[in-house]
Amino acid sequence: MNFSELFKQSNQLCKVSPDGKYLATCVQYRLVVRDVSTLQILHLYTCLDQVSHMEWSSDSLFILCAMYKRGLIQVWSLEQPDWHCKIDEGSIGLVSSRWSPDGRHILNTTEFHLRVTVWSLCTKAVSYMKYPKACQKGIDFSKDGGYMALAERRDCKDYVSIFVCEDWHLLRNFETETQDLSGLEWSPNGCVLAVWDSCLEYKVLLYSLDGRLLSTYSAYEWSLGVKCVSWSPSSQFLAIGSYDEKVRILNHITWGKIAQFEHPASIDNTKAEGNFVLSVPELPHPDEICAPPIQIPVVKPDPDRANPKIGVSVLAFSSDSRYLASRNDNMATAVWVWDMQKMSLEAVLEQTAAVRCFQWDPRHPRLALCTGNSKLYLWSPRGCVSVQVPAEGGFQVQSLSWHCSGDFLILLGKDQLCLCYMDAEQEENTSCRHCENV
Amino acid sequence: MSHVMMSPSRQSNLELAYSLSTYSVIGAFCTEDNVPQCLLHINQELASLGLPVCIEASSPEGANLNAVPVLNAVYELLQIHRRDMCTLEEMEKEQMKKSSSLDLIQMTNSRLKDQLELSIREKSGLYETERQLQLKLKTLQRCLKGEKDEVKLFPPVCCKKQLVYFHLRMQEPDQFVCLDLGQVQKLQSIIASRASQYSHDAKRKEREAAKLKERLSQLLIDRKDKKLAIDVLNNLGRSDGKRSQWRTTKATASHEGEMYKFLLCDYEESQKSLVLENAELKKVLQQMKKEMMHILSPCQPSSRGATADEELAESDEDEKTRDSSRDTLDQSCEHAREQLTNSIRLQWRKLRNHVEKLDNQASQVLHQMESNKDMIPFETHQDEMERMRHEVQQCKEFIHAQQQLLQQQLSTSFDDETAALLYDCYTLEEKERLKEEWRLFEEQKRNFEKERRNFTEAAIRLGREKQAFEEDRAAWFKNHFLNMTPFTNRRRCSSSDGQSSLSIISEPEIRMSVKAHKAKASTYTTFSTPKSSRSTAAPSTTDLYRTLRLIPDCSSSMHSNQVWQESSTNGDEDIRIKSKSRGLHCSDLDIFALGEDDSLT
Repeated sequence: MNFSELFKQSNQLCKVSPDGKYLATCVQYRLVVRDVSTLQILHLYTCLDQVSHMEWSSDSLFILCAMYKRGLIQVWSLEQPDWHCKIDEGSIGLVSSRWSPDGRHILNTTEFHLRVTVWSLCTKAVSYMKYPKACQKGIDFSKDGGYMALAERRDCKDYVSIFVCEDWHLLRNFETETQDLSGLEWSPNGCVLAVWDSCLEYKVLLYSLDGRLLSTYSAYEWSLGVKCVSWSPSSQFLAIGSYDEKVRILNHITWGKIAQFEHPASIDNTKAEGNFVLSVPELPHPDEICAPPIQIPVVKPDPDRANPKIGVSVLAFSSDSRYLASRNDNMATAVWVWDMQKMSLEAVLEQTAAVRCFQWDPRHPRLALCTGNSKLYLWSPRGCVSVQVPAEGGFQVQSLSWHCSGDFLILLGKDQLCLCYMDAEQEENTSCRHCENV
Repeated sequence: MSHVMMSPSRQSNLELAYSLSTYSVIGAFCTEDNVPQCLLHINQELASLGLPVCIEASSPEGANLNAVPVLNAVYELLQIHRRDMCTLEEMEKEQMKKSSSLDLIQMTNSRLKDQLELSIREKSGLYETERQLQLKLKTLQRCLKGEKDEVKLFPPVCCKKQLVYFHLRMQEPDQFVCLDLGQVQKLQSIIASRASQYSHDAKRKEREAAKLKERLSQLLIDRKDKKLAIDVLNNLGRSDGKRSQWRTTKATASHEGEMYKFLLCDYEESQKSLVLENAELKKVLQQMKKEMMHILSPCQPSSRGATADEELAESDEDEKTRDSSRDTLDQSCEHAREQLTNSIRLQWRKLRNHVEKLDNQASQVLHQMESNKDMIPFETHQDEMERMRHEVQQCKEFIHAQQQLLQQQLSTSFDDETAALLYDCYTLEEKERLKEEWRLFEEQKRNFEKERRNFTEAAIRLGREKQAFEEDRAAWFKNHFLNMTPFTNRRRCSSSDGQSSLSIISEPEIRMSVKAHKAKASTYTTFSTPKSSRSTAAPSTTDLYRTLRLIPDCSSSMHSNQVWQESSTNGDEDIRIKSKSRGLHCSDLDIFALGEDDSLT
């Protein structure tokens, strides 16, 4: 494993272009574009203010820089460095900005969720979408970029509008059977839209692209419900994490529950036959394999505070849909890995500190995670490894993201970043070494 | 006054008593002279005592007294005295009692005092605890009130946070473990009412918010926000390179069509995968069926017995249906599926019956075996007896043959074969003889040591003698020198003396050597004696080896083979014995082979 030198960044704004060739980072009001292979600066753009959001267009030709405080957006072109575009949302303010999938339109959500403004870079045309709902995930594009689903709220009722992204034609608009819609997400094949209610009610609705209700799922009543929802890349499974510390897996044929994963504080032999990895950075060996039974520290949530720290809040499928990683908020130090073929627990990665971020390799079944210390942790079915980031000055990994090729990771510290290159051969070796432990 | 009066009388009584006991003439109360006074005094006293008697003098002189009144008075007095004594005693007793009871009372009093103190202390403690409990009660009541408020008196405007809180509380199992169903229902109804209240309130607020939003957007539009703008250097082309299209009904229709196409594709794909899966499952089902039939068909006639014909007929029928199903598989999917499942079901039933039957049979066989264990059938018994008899006979023959052989060995001369047979005895003998020889050798060694010691002693003695001789010679030379003539005598003498001296010296030496020779000779003889004896009695090692080599080659192996063949006619058990004997022979052979090697080297 090799590491690059440290680069400055701010607001954790650092993104690799979708084609994987460029690395864009924001340092205060500057936007720096580097070549991924040489790490040399290709372009340097200067924005009007400190950038609060940055995003690549889908064709890797443009970069959007949003300055929410000023209600401003600047777009930069990689091909024509002197080309510029500035969008001012005016006095109404701006809370969110994003590219449309075609990379020629920008969708801005205004303050108070008054409307969504769609700016076209081709025609300078502007169009509005009224009544967008302020919720966990109110806008979602289908993976192929053909359709957009928008959650709306009118007359105290929830609606979903489906737009054709090509010309923003409203394809469908239907009322959903939710009390207070909290989020929506397209299945990766783009045919099914999952819609879930707010935490007060456990309700997941599945709509077809043409607005038909396919199925409704509710696991229980009278207590806090859905916390997060995630589709498997194969669109076969829908994983629902809820406040009762369980993950429920729905299948794509009957939309019924086929499995339920619990997150018990103590694991004994009967729960699973997988291996258990306890990662303890203080030990000479980076990780320690524990046979069950093991105990996982649990923090009781404070019921008087908003957003109680309990329940499954993060779910992530590996790229091959074989594994599912989950995190239970009242056991913040552990990441649970589930085998989707055996429908059983594969491993529990317990850290000494709370897990900040974890992400699957987009190519291999390999999970990278960080806990806010100077180490990077990797898990694969063959074993697990922890690597000390060899940077001086106490570089602490706060967040990480994979390059689309799976060849390297971007490690983000507080105001620095560093690339971690996966050496294929070395990875084999380390894996083997840890296999012995397993 | 009476009291004052009484006390001296009493005293006098006592005095009287004393005076009675210690009567003396000198200090007496009454004398010859004062009889009348005394009488008067006594009368007075008696009167004071309340006695009516009046002692009078019978004569004016007063020498004699009327005896009757005196006696009466005395008697009365005695009575009084006795009574008084009695009362005194009683009083004393009473006093004793009183005092003891007083003690008792005092004791109880002190005890009670202690108790009182204790109880006072207890009381104060209890008071304290009561106070504390009351405090606790108060706090608990306050808590209860708070809880009640929490449950009952949510503020009319119910916010989402509270609902979340309540939901969260519902999730905590330890809080609601103790609740029964009724309570749960009650709580649920409370939640429901809260929820409806909340939603109502939320709607109201939302409406207000919507109104405000509407107003805001209206304002924005009215104000014609100039800042709202896009500033692009030059317009971009579409990412797909096409030109933008007008919004027409045609475009809308095409969107619809595309969407349905998309959906259709997806459904087709999923259907394909389902069909594939279905086909696979069908294949598995078919294979299962085939295997079932395969398993069932050969077993049927043997296992089922009487019902076999029936079953066969059924299976034939089944075969037919299967064939027909195969025919119709292409025609009607549903029909085929039904038939397939039906036939599988049939087969499965058969298989189950079969397995059950097999189970029964197995259990029966097991049962039979168990019953057979106890009683040995007559035939096997007889067979066994016959076999045993035969065995006994064989053994007898074997013993006989062995006896014959032994006799033969004893009678016949020691030819090579028999010698080899008896080799073991020889080796034992040889060992004994060697031991004896060893002993002899040890003895000789000891003798030799003794001889050597003698020899050294003799050598020392010789040294001393030599020294003495030297001294003698020196003396002799001296004498000779003193006696002789200066030159001629002296020379002659010296030469002759030298010879003689020489001879003298040589003599003991020769003697000694002879001695040594003698000793040597003796040792040699002692050595040679066992040698000679051995050569006569024991065979040499080469002889030994020769015999050794001879044994395995011909005689012993031949013999063992013979035995082997003889016994091989016996039953199984004999074989085991045989193998043992063979093992023994083998070990013998090993030893022999070793010997051979040694001889070769």
